[in-house]
Amino acid sequence: MEEKIWRRAGLTDSEYKLLCTHMGREPNTVELALYAQMWSEHCGYTHTRPLFKHFLTTGPRIVQGPGENAGIVDIDDDEVITFKLESHNHPSAIAPFQGAATGVGGIIRDILAMGAYPIASLNSLHFGHPGDKGHTRWLISEVIHGIGEYGNCVGVPTVGGEVRFSNAYKGNPLVNAMCVGFMKKSEIKKAIATGVGNSLMIVGNLTGRDGMGGASFASKDLEEENDEDRGAIQVGDPFMEKLLIEACLEVFKEDYVVGVQDMGAAGILSSSVETASKAGNGVEIDVALVPKREEAMRPEEVMISESQERMLLIVKKGMEEKVNKIFHKWDLHAVVIGQVTDDGIYRVLENGVTVGEVPVWSLMDAPTYILEAVEPPHLKQTMAFKNDQITQPKDLNEVLLKLLGAPDICSKEWVYRQYDHRVQMNTVVKPGSDAAILRIKGRDKGIGLTMDSNGRYCYLNPRRGAQSIVAESARNQVVSGAEPIAITDGLNFGNPEKPEVYYQLEQSIIGISEACRALDTPVIGGNASLYNQTPEFGSIYPTPIIGMTGLVKSLSHVTTMEFKDDGDFIILIGETKAELGASEYLDVIHNLVTGDVPALDLKLERKAQDYILDIIRKGLVRSAHDLGDGGLAVALAESCIAGKLGANVSLDMDIRADALLFGESQTRFMLSADQAATDKIVELAAQQGLESAVIGRVTKIKKVIIHNMDEKLIDVSLEACSTAFANGFDKLMKTDR
Amino acid sequence: MNWGVLLFPGSNCAEDCFHAVDQILGKPVKYLWHKDTELGDVDAIIIPGGFSYGDHLRPGAIAHLSPAMIAVKEFAAAGGLVIGICNGFQILTEARMLPGSLLQNRGLKFLCQDQTLKVDNADTPFTSEYNSGDVVVFPIAHNEGNYYAAKHTIAEMEANGQILFRYCNPEGEVSDQTNPNGSLNNIAGIINRNRNVVGMMPHPERSSDSVLGLSDGKGVFVSMLKHLEAKHG
Repeated sequence: MEEKIWRRAGLTDSEYKLLCTHMGREPNTVELALYAQMWSEHCGYTHTRPLFKHFLTTGPRIVQGPGENAGIVDIDDDEVITFKLESHNHPSAIAPFQGAATGVGGIIRDILAMGAYPIASLNSLHFGHPGDKGHTRWLISEVIHGIGEYGNCVGVPTVGGEVRFSNAYKGNPLVNAMCVGFMKKSEIKKAIATGVGNSLMIVGNLTGRDGMGGASFASKDLEEENDEDRGAIQVGDPFMEKLLIEACLEVFKEDYVVGVQDMGAAGILSSSVETASKAGNGVEIDVALVPKREEAMRPEEVMISESQERMLLIVKKGMEEKVNKIFHKWDLHAVVIGQVTDDGIYRVLENGVTVGEVPVWSLMDAPTYILEAVEPPHLKQTMAFKNDQITQPKDLNEVLLKLLGAPDICSKEWVYRQYDHRVQMNTVVKPGSDAAILRIKGRDKGIGLTMDSNGRYCYLNPRRGAQSIVAESARNQVVSGAEPIAITDGLNFGNPEKPEVYYQLEQSIIGISEACRALDTPVIGGNASLYNQTPEFGSIYPTPIIGMTGLVKSLSHVTTMEFKDDGDFIILIGETKAELGASEYLDVIHNLVTGDVPALDLKLERKAQDYILDIIRKGLVRSAHDLGDGGLAVALAESCIAGKLGANVSLDMDIRADALLFGESQTRFMLSADQAATDKIVELAAQQGLESAVIGRVTKIKKVIIHNMDEKLIDVSLEACSTAFANGFDKLMKTDR
Repeated sequence: MNWGVLLFPGSNCAEDCFHAVDQILGKPVKYLWHKDTELGDVDAIIIPGGFSYGDHLRPGAIAHLSPAMIAVKEFAAAGGLVIGICNGFQILTEARMLPGSLLQNRGLKFLCQDQTLKVDNADTPFTSEYNSGDVVVFPIAHNEGNYYAAKHTIAEMEANGQILFRYCNPEGEVSDQTNPNGSLNNIAGIINRNRNVVGMMPHPERSSDSVLGLSDGKGVFVSMLKHLEAKHG
């Protein structure tokens, strides 16, 4: 071969040597392109696969764990939901509108490929500070616009998620999209190419040169001058996707299809390799048969194009015309591009002439790397932080208002009102709550959906930070009345070849695993996005994102955070410690990202969550909210703002005021209830050995008041809180910092 | 009493409208396909929301040329009840079955929220379940909901009681501050002169199922049902 051509394709010298051994010869350009894509981190999980062994992936409700387009969980009554998340970080950094839009489209097709109807989207977005005018604001606006434009048009409601901000994401924003689908157990489809002689049919969009090499583009650092990677960005067409959903689901009702795979990263290539590999078969594909929108495409271009809105169907021999007829009804085509063979070879033809052939297994057998892990040097200093290193501000009212308007805490209505969150008529609890709740039509049950992360926590303590995110996700589920079922994880990290980044990756995965085992929420799939760093801004915070689903056994259990009635009692469950480390308060008020992440006892966490779910199911609780960013004072204010009611709280704790009000001690919940229920709630907490305290009352006087040991710490009008919270984001987007 | 929900490529609220008639009203309903030239035995037609033909060109511009729309026009001309919701409203204005047109929201952004509306005329087959002046909550979800028509057309519609719903605040005040999208006179829904074709941007079907916390919109479907029942004896 020409001088080191494989390096340009993204393969290392040793990888090249290995593939030559597999083939017994040197590859031609087509074959080299196949390996370069399939052995990229994005397709081959070369750096992350060895770490996945930590994950718990089975459980009584797990129907399908990792390894398919998406995992599946049982929600009783022979009904299942399928869900997964996927990152689209690099495309969104270059072309935020299309990058985000196609991220939504791609994950919807993963769900569709399982045979399910997509019923909800969520997304987790990370940007630089919204006060930075210019590029950062442009990215924020365009990403949100792209998600809305695609999701709204395709008719899948965007019901929740999160938007978080830090300088750590200034050069490399994160866009992780999650989709959830619903089906009966009998309707499940698999990505498998069984039946020698069966046809491979491509359906949906035409194939062009868009998204060339997207998988390998996503598997390297973002460069300053990446214009030549612009061709790696795909262009989305949500209208086509909508037709594809309708047509596919109509075809799935018949007995024509043995396997389905969506065409995501590395397009025709990866979708067909994966299906063949699962069946232990070979496939052959003639690129001349692929409907194209561009002239003179080379065979490898056709194979790896990431043109959007395409699916691969493995169709029973003889049923091709029937499949095509249904697609034709929706003004789409379904075209035979190849067939399943019995020789285990992946064969590419052009007009019947073989232009490349390699063993299927070798494409799936990407080499994996266990790299050196070194604790990041900053941890020595940040872990040594003590609360007394900072001075407590005099005006705590002002601190509270500032936190309510802070980027990570303030209302994201500006964002979610651009998303259709009600289409399909299942949304019981809308965005802006702890968890989104969807009903299952025709039943008295529902599902809880959340997406959570905390890059700062994981930066300051990757293992416990990751545990905390899983715990918080589950807390968000239980306070909403849902029993946590399972998670999908999005592993967003910097370049794993750097030992400090690999350390963060490994520790975060261990932390996720530990929390998932403690809380009985197996990992049923996920996505890894590494190399999130730029020369100018360096590496992102280690940012594992947890997408969780829960089961609401009866819609009567659905509980929301807002205070409901004047006079209700406010109850705090859990122990408040003097923990300021890693808090939003340190970041926003003191401009410090330091300290250790608050302590977390996973056994206690499990016990507390079981208890919360129990008292909610017993109908004792009027409102429930988990204590998260900004701690007790922020949680109290949020319940007041949402309920348009005041609160008068008296605490009795010997903890410095700022830690008491804004510290983020874990495993805490704020409830409200009437008198009789309050007694019962306290009694049941004592039975479980959980700390509880009746700390005050909900008031119709529209003020948020907090005393501690006879000292008034907070006395602020509800109106001031609401204004700071509601207008926070709009203000940040308009005020240069 | 048969209902039809007209399905275009890209309609995404068709199932919601179907659900409202089938599950909430408990009446027979079927889908009508955009390529059909005959509508069959239907007494009321719902043109649902969504993005027919992906909103290419402009919302409703392609859908209104579908074969089924010729049949819908004939159905309406014979006095049949037709309601277009959101994209359905846009299709009806493109088809000139209703006056005016829907421009992009003045905020230049898609807007999804639970919206308070004031019932302006309760004396129609679509609003008889309400009282004029009632304040109701229907969700809106659109990018092009900014109702516009020529001055004299608006004046005529106002004089004829053709405005059914206006955007307002929870207290029922109709003003520029309570106008989410810039619609002239805060117009959210209108009816034709013959009182049998309605277009509205807010979604009554999304406000018909009390499990979802909103049920004011059910009145639109119940009003239509009562009118049809009275007509058919």
